[in-house]
Amino acid sequence: MSKQATADGPSGHQAGETVGEEPLDFRTHPDRYRHWQLRIEPPLAFLTLEVDEQAGLRPGYQLKQNSYDLGVDFELYDATQRLRFEHPEVHAVVLRSDRDRIFCAGANIGMLGSSSHQLKVNFCKFTNETRLAIEDACQHSGQRYLCAVRGTAAGGGYELALACDRILLADDGSSAVSLPEVPLLGVLPGTGGLTRLLDKRRVRRDRADLFCTLEEGVKGRRAVAWNLVDELLPRSSFDDGAKAHALELAGSSDRPSEPGGAVWPEIAPKPETDSILYTTLRIDFDRALGTARLTVRGPTGPAPADASEALAGSAGFWPLVLARELDDALLHLRLNETRIGQLVIESAGDLVAVAAFDAFLHREWEHWFVREVLLYWKRVLKRLDLTARSVFTLIAPGSCFAGLLLELALASDRAYMFEGESEDGEPAPCIQLGELNFGAFPTPNGLSRIETRFLGREDNIDSLRALIGTPLEAADAEEAGLVTEVLDDLDWEDEVRIALEERASFSPDALTALEANLRFPGPETLESKIFGRLSAWQNWIFQRPNAVGEEGALRLYGTGRRPRFDSERI
Amino acid sequence: MTTLDSTVDYDVLIPNNVALASDARVRRGLERWHPGYIDWWMDMGPDGFQTSDVYLRTAVRVESKGADKWAVFDYVKMPDYRWGILLAPQAEDRKIPFGRHVGEPAWQEVPGEYRAMLRRLIVIQGDTEPASVEQQRFLGKTAPSLYDMRNLFQVNVEEGRHLWAMVYLLQKYFGRDGREEAGELLRRRSGSDDAPRMLGAFNEETPDWLSFFLFTFFTDRDGKMQLESLAQSGFDPLSRTCRFMLTEEAFHMFVGESGVTRIVQRTCEAMREAGLDDPTDIEAVRALGVIDLPTIQKKVNLHYSLTLDLFGSELSTNSANFFNAGLKGRFREHRLEDDHRLLDDTYGIPEPAKGAAGVNGGWQIVQHPALNALNARLRDDFTADCNLGVGRWNKAISQTGFDFAITLPHVAFHRQIGVYRDLHATPAGELISEDAWTAQRGEWLPDDSDRAFIESLMKPEFRPGHYASWIAEPRIRINHKPGDFEWVKLAEA
Repeated sequence: MSKQATADGPSGHQAGETVGEEPLDFRTHPDRYRHWQLRIEPPLAFLTLEVDEQAGLRPGYQLKQNSYDLGVDFELYDATQRLRFEHPEVHAVVLRSDRDRIFCAGANIGMLGSSSHQLKVNFCKFTNETRLAIEDACQHSGQRYLCAVRGTAAGGGYELALACDRILLADDGSSAVSLPEVPLLGVLPGTGGLTRLLDKRRVRRDRADLFCTLEEGVKGRRAVAWNLVDELLPRSSFDDGAKAHALELAGSSDRPSEPGGAVWPEIAPKPETDSILYTTLRIDFDRALGTARLTVRGPTGPAPADASEALAGSAGFWPLVLARELDDALLHLRLNETRIGQLVIESAGDLVAVAAFDAFLHREWEHWFVREVLLYWKRVLKRLDLTARSVFTLIAPGSCFAGLLLELALASDRAYMFEGESEDGEPAPCIQLGELNFGAFPTPNGLSRIETRFLGREDNIDSLRALIGTPLEAADAEEAGLVTEVLDDLDWEDEVRIALEERASFSPDALTALEANLRFPGPETLESKIFGRLSAWQNWIFQRPNAVGEEGALRLYGTGRRPRFDSERI
Repeated sequence: MTTLDSTVDYDVLIPNNVALASDARVRRGLERWHPGYIDWWMDMGPDGFQTSDVYLRTAVRVESKGADKWAVFDYVKMPDYRWGILLAPQAEDRKIPFGRHVGEPAWQEVPGEYRAMLRRLIVIQGDTEPASVEQQRFLGKTAPSLYDMRNLFQVNVEEGRHLWAMVYLLQKYFGRDGREEAGELLRRRSGSDDAPRMLGAFNEETPDWLSFFLFTFFTDRDGKMQLESLAQSGFDPLSRTCRFMLTEEAFHMFVGESGVTRIVQRTCEAMREAGLDDPTDIEAVRALGVIDLPTIQKKVNLHYSLTLDLFGSELSTNSANFFNAGLKGRFREHRLEDDHRLLDDTYGIPEPAKGAAGVNGGWQIVQHPALNALNARLRDDFTADCNLGVGRWNKAISQTGFDFAITLPHVAFHRQIGVYRDLHATPAGELISEDAWTAQRGEWLPDDSDRAFIESLMKPEFRPGHYASWIAEPRIRINHKPGDFEWVKLAEA
């Protein structure tokens, strides 16, 4: 609970928003950036961090030393998205800063110290997602990122660099990289720092141990020797050197060399009393039950003939619009609707029309734009995987869960399917598998949701493949193992109601933990380790008196007082 | 206090009073560092005078005892100067004077939990010492007298020794990292594109002698304030090192203050001789071959404001940590009467009155946690210390009957660091728009024509007993030498 919230009194909360605070607005545009400058110089783009100290998202802290809060990261996310979609001609991106002695000091500690637990956790989650999106662009979009560190990259500043393909460091005797969280703040480098150090950059574990306790970090030749950075550049030719490296990275890209990207209109949902209306999505709140009903609308027209036609009509290209609106909705729910514990996903539309889009995306995936749309769907679905809300999908008459929309049901903790015709004669709903369900949208564990669902049962998956393109009614869907429960006309309403009411009565903490454990069986990846091991430990620390107590390290940082630790090891 | 402490062993490569002979590890480290230091001195030390004989003061013990003075004077070629490691005597039973460990015995070894902080303090202090030598390396060629040239070189060799002092601490107490940092201190160079010095003001040029005197007056005084607060340190070796450095630093203050006094004095004398009444008649004054007082005021504005930035941000986490840990105290901590912990104290900082951004709404004193405001406090102590010297300059003016006073500009004027960074304040402290400030900049800070004029006066005067047109002869000379004393015997006269 944040300080403001406590001051306002316990849980006499307004419907909706987190108590006592304005909703967070994560929508932005380069014209409105306060902290980043985006310069396009094909085939390169330069993202320069120059944080406006006074422009923190919440009052009570200053963003000194190029430190960041969610507001700074909202802009970074916006920029990375636009670079992918609006700028096919950008093949490599240089992250940089013009500040004299500091590249980036990481997350703002005043902000962390004064944030509620919920906000800290969501802050870390969102920043982690954005850094993984940068890596996704490097690996799959042909848009490589390079970090040019002049000055000190500390904590989250270095973690941002770690997300890039290549890290360059000024060799001036002062520029350094560091992860000083443990010695300075009593927390972890939780934005992927520990994980990337070992699993991505293969830094030896004993060196990593040493590095993570060196407040002042490592510079110069040792930083290269330990593989903390890739190369040193002299300060006098730093910008030119960074550019040369970026051009080399850009050389490996398969993106088009001409501009002519997608149109990226602002998302402007219409808020109503207990609903939010998007164009392809609506959210209806049942606040008493702590539930939001997300109804996804299928396409209203046919799929385009080819990828160029899709690109030409990108502003209304159904899969892209829906991905953006879902993304927007999930962020809003996470950040601003913290009392909504259950998400119920429904759909409305024509199964055949959805399947047609699905087939189109599969057929045209080699086109950069279609590839971006698919990669975006992958990321939005992961965002759903990582959303700490119970997710139930209801497959009712009139729904259209085919292909990429079926993925929403597969991402859910449970899927309920209506069996038979409805009372008023609507035909029995069907679901339908598509090619995309078999690998286009891996979850953070690196497997498709089908593979995750049928872990280690290859034969099962093969027989599912045979069902691609076949509409499956409830009984078939249940037999195929694609839905949790099948309910007929008589039971549907009551069973669904009871399931939701029961869910709402459980401990939200236990549910969050239960879901986070059950959603990601199977192998570990860098990503699953970040959201599982690293975040879980970090969030544990965030609750401990040694960090957040009256004399905890996070709370006292900046006052000059030393934290007092309870020396008991757990 | 022991004899070992106060006598210096000069029969070795590195003179010292720290029993280096019996500390093989540190001696080897310093002996390895030594050639790099000499290379640095030959590359970056005073240009053109390395083979001249300079009448220099060399410390021979760390405190005077009756007739045995702490230093001796003699002709020395600068590269042969006996740089060494001198610590003030160890005070018996010294206690940590402030912070959370107040009253505990002072540390003789680095406490593990403060290692990083201490090293950072020492590296930052160490980085400033060689920087000024680099900034001043071409000044010898335009010296206004051999006397001033000698003073410049004295300042330079002592800054070199102060580097040794910091390097000793790094090598002795900080292991491999300390040795690396000691190397980096020689690698970074003032104004270098590749490896600049750590603090902004130490990458600025010192292009002329007025700049030099103002630099020693203001910027070396920042050094003095920093050393004063480090001399309070609970880490005893740092305290002892800084205490001895302050002995030498006092001379640098003297060079600055007396240098400006002599310039002001010469200007006023010339105006009076020429029958000029108006010190602001710049053209007329400059025609006399002296530096007009308004230009001196502009230079004061520049050097003072650049130096204020060296104190760091007014509100600082680092300064709070340094103090609470017992590593860096306040100016003359031992004379202050409070609990020396400051956990619940506040300190006032002038900030623009609320709702007055960009317009002149006046100033209000805002109270901040005292621990966080230690940089502001030290900066205020600095200003008070500066004002004593400025008063002496003004006395020199008023004694000649002119109505003109040099003043220090408002603390918010021309600042790049800290809470005033984004404001546009006049020297009087009035907040104005950026455009208005830029339009009037030339009235407050030296412009190209001012610089060109000052540069035009920078003609060498190398004849013993002679002084350039724009500076008066000193009234008191070093070691009571006669007026025509040959302070520097030029190698290639």
